Amino acid sequence: MHVPVLKQGDYLIASVQSALSDADLVQLRDDLADRVGQFRSRGVIIDVTVLDVIDSFATRTLRAIAHMLKLRGAETVIVGIQPDVAFAMVQLALTLAGVGTALDLEEGLAYLNRGARRNLTHGK
Amino acid sequence: MESESRVIIRSAADIVTARQKGRVLAMELGFNGSDLTLVATAISEVARNIVDHAKRGEIILATVNHGSRQGITIIARDEGPGIPDVDRAMEYGYSTRKGLGVGLPGAKWLMDEFEIDSKVGQGTTVTMKKWL
Repeated sequence: MHVPVLKQGDYLIASVQSALSDADLVQLRDDLADRVGQFRSRGVIIDVTVLDVIDSFATRTLRAIAHMLKLRGAETVIVGIQPDVAFAMVQLALTLAGVGTALDLEEGLAYLNRGARRNLTHGK
Repeated sequence: MESESRVIIRSAADIVTARQKGRVLAMELGFNGSDLTLVATAISEVARNIVDHAKRGEIILATVNHGSRQGITIIARDEGPGIPDVDRAMEYGYSTRKGLGVGLPGAKWLMDEFEIDSKVGQGTTVTMKKWL
Protein backbone atom coordinates (compact mmCIF):
# COMPACT_ATOMS: atom_id res chain seq x y z
CA MET A 1 0.00 0.00 0.00
CA HIS A 2 1.17 3.48 -0.92
CA VAL A 3 2.63 5.46 2.00
CA PRO A 4 1.22 9.00 2.30
CA VAL A 5 3.83 11.71 2.79
CA LEU A 6 2.75 14.92 4.56
CA LYS A 7 4.64 18.18 4.61
CA GLN A 8 4.94 19.80 8.03
CA GLY A 9 7.04 22.98 7.91
CA ASP A 10 10.62 22.01 7.12
CA TYR A 11 9.85 18.35 7.64
CA LEU A 12 8.18 15.52 5.80
CA ILE A 13 6.22 12.87 7.64
CA ALA A 14 5.70 9.46 6.03
CA SER A 15 3.12 7.46 7.95
CA VAL A 16 3.11 3.80 7.09
CA GLN A 17 -0.56 2.67 7.16
CA SER A 18 -0.34 -1.09 6.62
CA ALA A 19 2.04 -3.93 5.83
CA LEU A 20 4.52 -2.92 3.14
CA SER A 21 5.57 -5.00 0.19
CA ASP A 22 9.07 -4.63 -1.20
CA ALA A 23 7.65 -2.50 -4.03
CA ASP A 24 5.94 -0.16 -1.53
CA LEU A 25 9.23 0.35 0.28
CA VAL A 26 11.08 1.13 -2.92
CA GLN A 27 8.26 3.51 -3.92
CA LEU A 28 8.58 5.26 -0.54
CA ARG A 29 12.31 5.67 -1.09
CA ASP A 30 11.75 7.29 -4.49
CA ASP A 31 8.88 9.49 -3.25
CA LEU A 32 10.93 10.82 -0.35
CA ALA A 33 14.01 11.48 -2.47
CA ASP A 34 11.83 13.56 -4.84
CA ARG A 35 9.85 15.42 -2.21
CA VAL A 36 12.86 16.40 -0.14
CA GLY A 37 13.98 18.32 -3.23
CA GLN A 38 10.53 19.62 -4.09
CA PHE A 39 9.82 20.99 -0.59
CA ARG A 40 13.43 21.68 0.39
CA SER A 41 12.86 19.62 3.51
CA ARG A 42 15.46 19.44 6.29
CA GLY A 43 14.08 16.43 8.06
CA VAL A 44 12.01 13.31 7.40
CA ILE A 45 10.10 11.19 9.87
CA ILE A 46 9.13 7.67 8.86
CA ASP A 47 6.50 6.29 11.21
CA VAL A 48 6.55 2.48 11.21
CA THR A 49 4.29 1.97 14.25
CA VAL A 50 1.91 -0.31 12.33
CA LEU A 51 4.60 -2.61 10.92
CA ASP A 52 4.51 -6.05 12.52
CA VAL A 53 7.56 -7.25 10.59
CA ILE A 54 10.75 -5.42 9.69
CA ASP A 55 12.83 -8.03 7.92
CA SER A 56 16.25 -7.80 6.29
CA PHE A 57 14.93 -6.20 3.11
CA ALA A 58 12.90 -3.58 5.00
CA THR A 59 15.87 -2.77 7.24
CA ARG A 60 18.19 -2.42 4.29
CA THR A 61 15.70 -0.19 2.46
CA LEU A 62 15.07 2.04 5.50
CA ARG A 63 18.82 2.41 5.91
CA ALA A 64 19.20 3.23 2.21
CA ILE A 65 16.41 5.82 2.43
CA ALA A 66 18.07 7.53 5.41
CA HIS A 67 21.48 7.60 3.72
CA MET A 68 20.04 8.82 0.42
CA LEU A 69 18.11 11.62 2.12
CA LYS A 70 21.22 12.59 4.06
CA LEU A 71 22.97 13.07 0.73
CA ARG A 72 20.01 15.24 -0.30
CA GLY A 73 20.49 17.36 2.81
CA ALA A 74 17.77 15.96 5.06
CA GLU A 75 17.97 14.11 8.35
CA THR A 76 15.82 10.98 8.73
CA VAL A 77 14.36 9.57 11.90
CA ILE A 78 12.51 6.25 12.05
CA VAL A 79 9.84 6.23 14.74
CA GLY A 80 7.52 3.65 16.25
CA ILE A 81 9.48 0.39 15.99
CA GLN A 82 7.44 -1.95 18.21
CA PRO A 83 9.14 -3.94 21.00
CA ASP A 84 8.50 -7.33 19.35
CA VAL A 85 9.80 -6.02 16.04
CA ALA A 86 12.90 -4.63 17.74
CA PHE A 87 13.43 -8.04 19.38
CA ALA A 88 13.17 -9.86 16.04
CA MET A 89 15.57 -7.38 14.43
CA VAL A 90 18.12 -7.96 17.19
CA GLN A 91 17.73 -11.74 16.76
CA LEU A 92 18.46 -11.26 13.06
CA ALA A 93 21.44 -9.02 13.93
CA LEU A 94 19.88 -6.26 11.84
CA THR A 95 20.84 -2.72 12.76
CA LEU A 96 19.88 0.73 11.64
CA ALA A 97 23.41 1.97 12.24
CA GLY A 98 23.79 5.62 11.32
CA VAL A 99 20.03 6.14 11.18
CA GLY A 100 18.13 8.23 13.72
CA THR A 101 15.40 6.46 15.68
CA ALA A 102 12.89 7.71 18.21
CA LEU A 103 10.05 6.26 20.24
CA ASP A 104 7.15 7.95 18.49
CA LEU A 105 6.17 10.89 16.29
CA GLU A 106 6.51 13.40 19.13
CA GLU A 107 10.01 12.22 20.01
CA GLY A 108 10.87 12.14 16.31
CA LEU A 109 9.95 15.81 15.93
CA ALA A 110 11.98 16.62 19.05
CA TYR A 111 14.94 14.71 17.55
CA LEU A 112 14.79 16.73 14.33
CA ASN A 113 14.33 20.02 16.20
CA ARG A 114 17.39 19.28 18.34
CA GLY A 115 19.36 18.63 15.14
CA ALA A 116 18.14 21.91 13.63
CA ARG A 117 19.17 23.85 16.74
CA ARG A 118 22.56 22.18 16.75
CA ASN A 119 23.15 23.19 13.15
CA LEU A 120 22.10 26.76 14.00
CA THR A 121 24.57 27.03 16.90
CA HIS A 122 27.35 25.62 14.75
CA GLY A 123 26.59 28.26 12.17
CA LYS A 124 25.82 25.61 9.55
CA MET B 1 -6.01 -29.13 15.76
CA GLU B 2 -4.93 -29.92 12.25
CA SER B 3 -4.68 -27.23 9.68
CA GLU B 4 -2.48 -26.57 6.75
CA SER B 5 -2.34 -23.75 4.29
CA ARG B 6 -0.32 -23.10 1.24
CA VAL B 7 0.80 -19.81 -0.23
CA ILE B 8 2.13 -19.69 -3.75
CA ILE B 9 5.12 -17.35 -4.02
CA ARG B 10 5.41 -15.69 -7.41
CA SER B 11 6.33 -12.13 -6.54
CA ALA B 12 7.49 -10.01 -3.63
CA ALA B 13 3.86 -9.15 -2.84
CA ASP B 14 3.23 -12.81 -1.94
CA ILE B 15 5.86 -12.53 0.81
CA VAL B 16 3.46 -10.31 2.76
CA THR B 17 0.59 -12.80 2.28
CA ALA B 18 2.75 -15.71 3.48
CA ARG B 19 3.90 -14.00 6.66
CA GLN B 20 0.40 -12.76 7.48
CA LYS B 21 -1.06 -16.27 7.10
CA GLY B 22 1.77 -17.67 9.20
CA ARG B 23 1.10 -15.14 11.92
CA VAL B 24 -2.60 -16.03 11.97
CA LEU B 25 -1.89 -19.76 12.22
CA ALA B 26 0.69 -19.20 14.98
CA MET B 27 -1.80 -17.03 16.84
CA GLU B 28 -4.49 -19.75 16.59
CA LEU B 29 -1.98 -22.20 18.03
CA GLY B 30 -1.43 -19.93 21.03
CA PHE B 31 1.95 -18.32 20.32
CA ASN B 32 2.42 -14.99 22.05
CA GLY B 33 3.42 -11.55 20.77
CA SER B 34 7.15 -11.78 20.34
CA ASP B 35 7.03 -15.35 19.01
CA LEU B 36 4.40 -14.30 16.45
CA THR B 37 6.76 -11.63 15.20
CA LEU B 38 9.71 -14.06 15.09
CA VAL B 39 7.67 -16.59 13.07
CA ALA B 40 6.35 -13.93 10.67
CA THR B 41 9.84 -12.51 10.17
CA ALA B 42 11.35 -15.96 9.53
CA ILE B 43 8.64 -16.64 6.92
CA SER B 44 9.43 -13.31 5.31
CA GLU B 45 13.10 -14.25 4.98
CA VAL B 46 12.56 -17.71 3.48
CA ALA B 47 9.85 -16.41 1.15
CA ARG B 48 12.17 -13.68 -0.06
CA ASN B 49 14.83 -16.29 -0.68
CA ILE B 50 12.39 -17.97 -3.09
CA VAL B 51 11.62 -14.71 -4.91
CA ASP B 52 15.28 -13.71 -5.16
CA HIS B 53 16.73 -17.04 -6.24
CA ALA B 54 14.01 -19.26 -7.68
CA LYS B 55 11.43 -16.71 -8.84
CA ARG B 56 8.59 -18.98 -7.75
CA GLY B 57 7.78 -21.58 -5.17
CA GLU B 58 5.47 -22.20 -2.26
CA ILE B 59 5.23 -21.83 1.49
CA ILE B 60 3.35 -24.48 3.42
CA LEU B 61 2.21 -23.62 6.91
CA ALA B 62 1.03 -26.38 9.21
CA THR B 63 0.62 -27.36 12.81
CA VAL B 64 2.94 -30.03 14.14
CA ASN B 65 2.61 -32.31 17.15
CA HIS B 66 5.36 -34.22 18.89
CA GLY B 67 4.01 -36.06 21.88
CA SER B 68 2.31 -33.40 23.92
CA ARG B 69 4.29 -30.66 22.23
CA GLN B 70 2.63 -28.49 19.66
CA GLY B 71 4.16 -26.12 17.23
CA ILE B 72 4.14 -24.62 13.80
CA THR B 73 6.04 -25.96 10.85
CA ILE B 74 6.90 -23.89 7.82
CA ILE B 75 8.10 -25.42 4.59
CA ALA B 76 9.50 -23.21 1.86
CA ARG B 77 9.89 -25.13 -1.37
CA ASP B 78 11.06 -24.14 -4.80
CA GLU B 79 12.24 -25.78 -7.99
CA GLY B 80 14.82 -23.12 -8.63
CA PRO B 81 18.54 -23.48 -9.40
CA GLY B 82 19.38 -24.91 -5.98
CA ILE B 83 22.25 -23.88 -3.73
CA PRO B 84 25.67 -25.26 -4.71
CA ASP B 85 27.23 -24.68 -1.30
CA VAL B 86 24.64 -24.89 1.48
CA ASP B 87 27.18 -24.41 4.28
CA ARG B 88 28.34 -21.21 2.67
CA ALA B 89 24.76 -20.03 2.13
CA MET B 90 24.14 -20.51 5.84
CA GLU B 91 27.03 -18.22 6.80
CA TYR B 92 25.79 -14.91 8.03
CA GLY B 93 26.56 -12.15 5.55
CA TYR B 94 27.30 -14.44 2.63
CA SER B 95 25.29 -13.54 -0.43
CA THR B 96 25.66 -14.36 -4.08
CA ARG B 97 23.09 -11.83 -5.14
CA LYS B 98 21.49 -8.62 -4.07
CA GLY B 99 20.62 -9.73 -0.54
CA LEU B 100 22.37 -9.02 2.71
CA GLY B 101 23.16 -12.68 3.20
CA VAL B 102 20.98 -12.52 6.28
CA GLY B 103 17.87 -14.37 5.12
CA LEU B 104 18.56 -18.08 5.62
CA PRO B 105 20.91 -17.90 8.63
CA GLY B 106 18.61 -15.26 10.14
CA ALA B 107 15.54 -17.46 9.75
CA LYS B 108 17.44 -20.27 11.48
CA TRP B 109 18.14 -18.05 14.49
CA LEU B 110 14.50 -17.04 14.74
CA MET B 111 13.14 -20.59 14.77
CA ASP B 112 13.71 -23.63 17.02
CA GLU B 113 14.48 -26.08 14.22
CA PHE B 114 15.77 -25.45 10.74
CA GLU B 115 16.69 -27.86 7.97
CA ILE B 116 17.68 -27.12 4.43
CA ASP B 117 17.82 -29.55 1.56
CA SER B 118 19.05 -28.28 -1.76
CA LYS B 119 20.02 -29.95 -5.01
CA VAL B 120 21.58 -28.01 -7.84
CA GLY B 121 19.22 -27.93 -10.79
CA GLN B 122 16.32 -29.32 -8.76
CA GLY B 123 15.50 -26.83 -6.09
CA THR B 124 15.56 -26.05 -2.41
CA THR B 125 13.36 -27.04 0.51
CA VAL B 126 13.64 -25.32 3.86
CA THR B 127 11.75 -26.87 6.77
CA MET B 128 11.58 -24.93 10.01
CA LYS B 129 9.66 -25.35 13.24
CA LYS B 130 8.85 -23.38 16.29
CA TRP B 131 7.48 -25.08 19.41
CA LEU B 132 4.97 -23.62 21.81
